[in-house]
Amino acid sequence: MAEAGLPSPAADAAMAARLFALDPTGCGVLLRARPGPARDAWLALLRRLWPEDRPLRRVPVGIPDSRLLGGLDLAATLAAGRAVAERGVLAECDGGAIILAMAERLEPGTAARIARAIDEGEVVLERDGLARRLPARFGVVALDEGLAEEEVVPRALADRLAIHLALDETVLPMRLEETDLDAARALLPRLRADERAIAALVSAALALGIDTLRAPLHALAVARAAAALAGRGAPGADDIALAARLVLAPRATRLPAPPQTPQNEDAEEAPPPPEADAATENDPRPLEDLVLEAARAAIPPDLLAKLDPGLRLQRGVRSLGRFGTGQKSRRRGRPSGVRPGALRPGERLALVETIRAAAPWQRLRRAEGPFALAAPRVIVRREDIRLVRFRAPTERTAIFAVDASGSTALARLAEAKGAVEILLSDCYVRRDTVALIAFRGRSAEIVLPPTNALARARRALAGLPGGGGTPLAAALELVGTLAAQVARRGRTPIAVLLTDGRANVARDGTPGRPRAEADALAAARQLRAQGLAAILIDTAPRPQPSAQRIAAEMGARYLALPYADAARLSRAVRAEMEASP
Amino acid sequence: MPDDAIPRRSGASVVARRRPTRRPPFPFTAIVGQEEMKRALLIAAVDPSVGGVLAFGDRGTGKSTAVRALAALLPPMTVVQGCPYNCAPEEPAGLCPACAHGSEPQVVSVPVPVVDLPLGATEDRVLGALDIERALAEGVKAFEPGLLARAHRGFLYIDEVNLLEDHLVDVLLDVAASGENVVEREGISVRHPARFVLVGSGNPEEGELRPQLLDRFGLSVEVRTPEDVATRIEVVKRRDAYERDPAGFAASWAREETRLRRQIVSARNRLGKVAVPDAALDRAARLCLALGTDGLRGELTLMRAARALAAFEGESAVADRHLRTLAPSALRHRLRRNPLDETASTTRVERALAEVFGG
Repeated sequence: MAEAGLPSPAADAAMAARLFALDPTGCGVLLRARPGPARDAWLALLRRLWPEDRPLRRVPVGIPDSRLLGGLDLAATLAAGRAVAERGVLAECDGGAIILAMAERLEPGTAARIARAIDEGEVVLERDGLARRLPARFGVVALDEGLAEEEVVPRALADRLAIHLALDETVLPMRLEETDLDAARALLPRLRADERAIAALVSAALALGIDTLRAPLHALAVARAAAALAGRGAPGADDIALAARLVLAPRATRLPAPPQTPQNEDAEEAPPPPEADAATENDPRPLEDLVLEAARAAIPPDLLAKLDPGLRLQRGVRSLGRFGTGQKSRRRGRPSGVRPGALRPGERLALVETIRAAAPWQRLRRAEGPFALAAPRVIVRREDIRLVRFRAPTERTAIFAVDASGSTALARLAEAKGAVEILLSDCYVRRDTVALIAFRGRSAEIVLPPTNALARARRALAGLPGGGGTPLAAALELVGTLAAQVARRGRTPIAVLLTDGRANVARDGTPGRPRAEADALAAARQLRAQGLAAILIDTAPRPQPSAQRIAAEMGARYLALPYADAARLSRAVRAEMEASP
Repeated sequence: MPDDAIPRRSGASVVARRRPTRRPPFPFTAIVGQEEMKRALLIAAVDPSVGGVLAFGDRGTGKSTAVRALAALLPPMTVVQGCPYNCAPEEPAGLCPACAHGSEPQVVSVPVPVVDLPLGATEDRVLGALDIERALAEGVKAFEPGLLARAHRGFLYIDEVNLLEDHLVDVLLDVAASGENVVEREGISVRHPARFVLVGSGNPEEGELRPQLLDRFGLSVEVRTPEDVATRIEVVKRRDAYERDPAGFAASWAREETRLRRQIVSARNRLGKVAVPDAALDRAARLCLALGTDGLRGELTLMRAARALAAFEGESAVADRHLRTLAPSALRHRLRRNPLDETASTTRVERALAEVFGG
């Protein structure tokens, strides 16, 4: 099929199903698709191919560790009066495969445990007083329904899945070629690694900017499985090209330089002797070019959009921030696991886990007696208490840094105060908080520490004086410090800077424009490195290049709102806060 | 579906029915590149008092592989037979109560434990807890030792250490600081020695490590994917060869493994004899001063690591070369963060090195 030009996405998708059915541990699949006919068709294809004697189980996203890894079998333990272990899904699927539904919502901890089992080929259980190792060699199909950029399958898992497949309705109808799995399975272990294939895949991965060495290893496994399916004794050019399309292209972080350019230059200087083409049989380059060519053709069209370096840096750092901020809160949010502890007001009892903790001790406690009344049915003691732990949704803190210097007219300050008040009343509802930094004269100070108390904010704002120099560097530094504090407390900071950007006081408080500006730019770069989401609102009557430069260095959005009143200001900030992750 | 019950208290974990023999780990000596990480692990193997190794960096660079390979490499140690805490017969002071009061102990040789702390581990398995089986069957309040007991005198390995639950981190910090595990729960009261080398690995992109835990690690190494094609090809080739035939691959590296093991043993024997000249102490102190590291832990770790490296290389005294080699690993995670200095901590250490050692 590859001989007839570009293979269709449908053929590749069907091929992925065949590869997975043949070698589930080597050819794991990350299937990025909305629930719909295309995904259903692919899964139906896989089930048709799947050997009946091997488990293929769907695993729900919120699976607790007790079911994933195994643990104490509650009912059997109570009935037997001794601890009875229960195998988890991973061990039960040894020799088969699991289908992870909604993998983009997978907890990083759960993903790490699955990844560990993939690496080791066994499940190491250290739970509920049990210690054991169980074999678990399974394949994984991770269904990724993530729509937004930040909804992605945890990398610990995605990295270990060879094939990254994106499906939409264009792949329909999917046709299945004749597949003799038994023959291919017999052939697979005998396939030798080809040095040229390895070299080609490794260099292609490098050219595509793929850091992890798991990628070429995955590609090798896929190429080998493809060769086995075709009944070939070693991976051929088609198999390697297929592996490049399925494994390397989706992981590309940059576009390789087109191969024609150097050749053309050569041609201009001295036409290559005709023998050169014939000699390429033994040269590794053509294979590598072929791999690259295949990968380039399969690189998703939106890749270029994602490759703006500034954007990538920010996204990477930001997602880190988001990760750090999704913290465990005592009372609100999504339940995420349980912990032992005392039952205090405001805590929520995890009933099942508590009974589970108490269960093994029942016989013992009954014997320990004596009971004043009839013995209760289940004797629960304080140490059995298990509490629900929650993961709170990310809460934001808007840090306003307001230029209160003489260059910003006092009227602007009033508008800024108004905007903060409006936002605050809105934030209060959403449980977000606001902080305010004012800078004037020689330094910056926190006028209002992060709060959602409206009354307190109003008081702080009312007493805010204006006039003096513009110590922009000091202000930016303070924003950074406060943002880091906010992030540590599990919130996502977003900086809102209201200034005309005309710094004239250096970081150490001395006046002088050139040093002040250099310091401000350095501080702005630092904020960018911190990955802080930021907006700079230019408050000057006419847009200032100095403000634009600061915004660019910070990686901040630049908004010129010369005549903004409090309401427009707050709308702009709110829009940005909604947009930030 | 209930599986077969666990057998009564045994150190060894249950062997499942269908399981074939475990495949040998990837040989330590077959790991391509990653010199800094390998060196740090070997130093911890020579002198456990260095205080653990943190390997942070890119995915798929063999962090876990290296740690697990270390287990196979380490020479066996002697323990009191049947002691759940791996008591050392040659150290009567550090014996657990059972071994201290028992008769003349039987001594056996066992592999050095490298205990994995899986992310899903519950507190009772880490600390130890009441032995359910014996409690139910015999009505005896017996203590079933946890992972910390098993890791005593060995290694405790935490993959994705930055994702570890907070309450487990607290437990680890406490035990790592005191060298002793104190269990007060379910009506039992046990204390036992738990001195282990903490080895953590993880990817900083997925979460920060708590500063207190970061400080516990003696050496911290940064792991990067190799940049040049030839090295990459070699990595993939070896990994591929191993995946296809683990036993055969391990056998082909057996000779190198034995050689390295001998080198570790002789380094351990030599360790006490390695001299630390005053000049070296002075340089280490000046280096830490130049970097403004917190406390004395940095200097102490740097000295110990340098001594272990000197022993490993068969030298009789610590030289500048050893300090220079190890300064980044020993100090880079102890620097105070300076909000206006964007330079990476490794660069800062190198700058200070140039200052102190001159060029």
